[in-house]
Amino acid sequence: MLPEAAAWLIIGLPLLAGVFSIAVLRPWSRSLWQYAGYVGIAGTGAAFVLSLIAVNGAMGNGDAGYEPHAWFAVGAIGAQDGFRMTVGILLDPLSAIMAAVVSGVSTVVQVFSLGYMRKDEHDANGTWSDYPRYFTYMSLFTASMLGLVLAYNLIQLFVFWELVGLFSYLLIGFWYHRPAAAAAAKKAFIVTRIGDFGFMLGILYLFLNRGEFTALGLNPFEIPAILDAAPMLSAGIATWVALGLFAGAAGKSAQFPLHTWLPDAMEGPTPVSSLIHAATMVAAGVFLVARLFGLFEESAAAMNTVAIIGGFTAVFAAAMGLAANDIKRVLAFSTVSQLGYMFLALGVGAPGVAMFHLFNHAFFKCLLFLGAGSVHHSVHTFDMRYMGGIRRWMPITYLTTLVGGLSLAGIFPLAGFWSKDEILTTAWSGAHAANTGVSQLVFWLALAAAFMTAFYVFRLIIMSFHGEFRGGIDSVPHEERIPDEAHHEVHQHESSRVMTLPLIVLAVFAVGSGFVANSLIDLGPVPAHWFSHLLHEDAPKFNIGIALASTVVAVAGIGLAVLVYGTRTVSFDGLGRLWRWGHRLLAERFYMDALYEDLIVRRALYRGLFLVSDWFDRRIVDGVADLAGWLGRNSGRAIAQLQTGHIQVYGVGVSMGAAVILIFYLMQR
Amino acid sequence: MLERLLIISAVLFCIGLYGVLSRRHIIAVIMSVEIMFNAVNVALVAFSRYTVPASLRFPGAGTDVERFVLEGQTLAVFVIVVAAAEVALGLALIIALARRRDTIHISDLSTLRR
Repeated sequence: MLPEAAAWLIIGLPLLAGVFSIAVLRPWSRSLWQYAGYVGIAGTGAAFVLSLIAVNGAMGNGDAGYEPHAWFAVGAIGAQDGFRMTVGILLDPLSAIMAAVVSGVSTVVQVFSLGYMRKDEHDANGTWSDYPRYFTYMSLFTASMLGLVLAYNLIQLFVFWELVGLFSYLLIGFWYHRPAAAAAAKKAFIVTRIGDFGFMLGILYLFLNRGEFTALGLNPFEIPAILDAAPMLSAGIATWVALGLFAGAAGKSAQFPLHTWLPDAMEGPTPVSSLIHAATMVAAGVFLVARLFGLFEESAAAMNTVAIIGGFTAVFAAAMGLAANDIKRVLAFSTVSQLGYMFLALGVGAPGVAMFHLFNHAFFKCLLFLGAGSVHHSVHTFDMRYMGGIRRWMPITYLTTLVGGLSLAGIFPLAGFWSKDEILTTAWSGAHAANTGVSQLVFWLALAAAFMTAFYVFRLIIMSFHGEFRGGIDSVPHEERIPDEAHHEVHQHESSRVMTLPLIVLAVFAVGSGFVANSLIDLGPVPAHWFSHLLHEDAPKFNIGIALASTVVAVAGIGLAVLVYGTRTVSFDGLGRLWRWGHRLLAERFYMDALYEDLIVRRALYRGLFLVSDWFDRRIVDGVADLAGWLGRNSGRAIAQLQTGHIQVYGVGVSMGAAVILIFYLMQR
Repeated sequence: MLERLLIISAVLFCIGLYGVLSRRHIIAVIMSVEIMFNAVNVALVAFSRYTVPASLRFPGAGTDVERFVLEGQTLAVFVIVVAAAEVALGLALIIALARRRDTIHISDLSTLRR
């Protein structure tokens, strides 16, 4: 069993690595900047080892049961409404698994970054200045996520939640000199902040109703206490708190209607996208709902909301992925869609299944992104229209991406198949769902999304790796190039070993993680349904009919993609105008960005609300300040008229004043 | 008797004050200041003559104190001396002013304003 100090080190070591890079390495030893990556990898890797020990401990004991430490008192302890705010580590199977995924994926991504970020090694000054900054952000990002995962207290979780938001902002805007990257970073920060507002409201509502908890002798913010109290709360409290928290989760996990930031977040370095999509940022929302699942379970309204939003987003985002030309954007829509799957699973009452999909998704999505990064290193563009035929000189990248794609599509027996199958089975049976009708509805949505997923991922693979090479960066029109990448040239060779090795490691996981972790049969060291049982859940019964249905749907999607983009035996052009309209709608992302940016931000806010607040600021706020200044200036000017310079006038004033005081004094008596 | 003397003193003071505030010629102003000094002197002597604080009485002096206490009169002599010195200084300033500005009219002297 891991001692508590070691559990704190899971957060502390990446934090220390990040602080060391930024506070010691960067200012003091310019010659060692190039080694910043090893510092980050050491810190995160050590956290990974500790997390594995924690998972091992959780297998035997379940909850580690660390006592939280007192932080400050709210109200009088013992009195009604009084409680003690605490901080601590909540290390149970759920957080142990999550910590291991976060630190493991982060370590792999940082190893990949050693190679990928090398192109930034020499900036304009011929230094490695971006190198320590990059690895600092990565380490601190990881530390924040680990803090979120291990938080004992909802407030503590919220603090790390915001820190994750901050470091995602810094990483997405890492190339801050590119206007698109700066805008994307702002967009990610602001859109997730809208969700976080809901999170705050949920916390405040919880605080307003703290009396319900203190009456039970429980702490209103400690996560285990919330779960204990959930069945005993008055009606409505669970619903409103759960919906507030879900708003935060939907913002972080890019669910409809707060999904718009995630595709834009592709402006960051590719390993950052990989980390954000696989384990760190977007997983936080799913984790939050899974963490507080006992609370959500008490409210049918919250559960149905989660299920429907999840199911809708799964289809909605997959549809947008069908028409994107940027390889990273396709993967981004895919992530949104897969997160929809996870919320769908949560909404139909299966947090273990959702976490299982999160677990598998982390590996194959990380793999796909790193594959895209590897491709970019060769052709220096993300636009699939200018790729093609890359498999000829990048066999390792091709094969690993293919494995990731098959896993994402849900092909037997790869990782994605098993968790997707569990989600579909749970949704179909509706055994744990609040509403069977909703559960059945989202099953069909999930099946539709599975078809689209298979189609777009093979569209991606065929467009970028098969067929004739279409020139890479050399054929990209000059006006479309990113200025500081304009000078790059196509290098037709495989990426360096430091980049291919992480791909191979992740490919192994993308193949095996599903079958091994939650196997149907005993596998010697790993018992059957290890993952579900670790999270104290019964795995859904394997349903051969649903497994066949999902496989048929996935193969159909792949087949259609091959026919359309590979052999070109099928073409959509026959559909004529309908096809063009549909394609336009998808390529424009259902005009959601236009709606938000043009209609809401530019028109409603900028020309409406902001005009009013601008007027208020200029007229009322500034007016009061100006009035104070005007009064001072003009009363001063008026008084200055009295200063004539004639001493006798002053003398009259003094005498009159003395006389007034004298008369006043005399009248007093 | 004290009231009458104080009234004379107040009248003198007001005459002097009026002169200070109204005369344009600087010599006349100085003269008016002298009148104000003397108004004060009258008051000092009168108070000294008719009122004596208990702390200043000699033990066993009884009510016949006027022969022994002369503080007020002494102060009046001091005022006369200081006023003489002040007039000397004032006249010197007036001469310097007259040489420099070629005027001894107070209304021409408003440089305090700047």
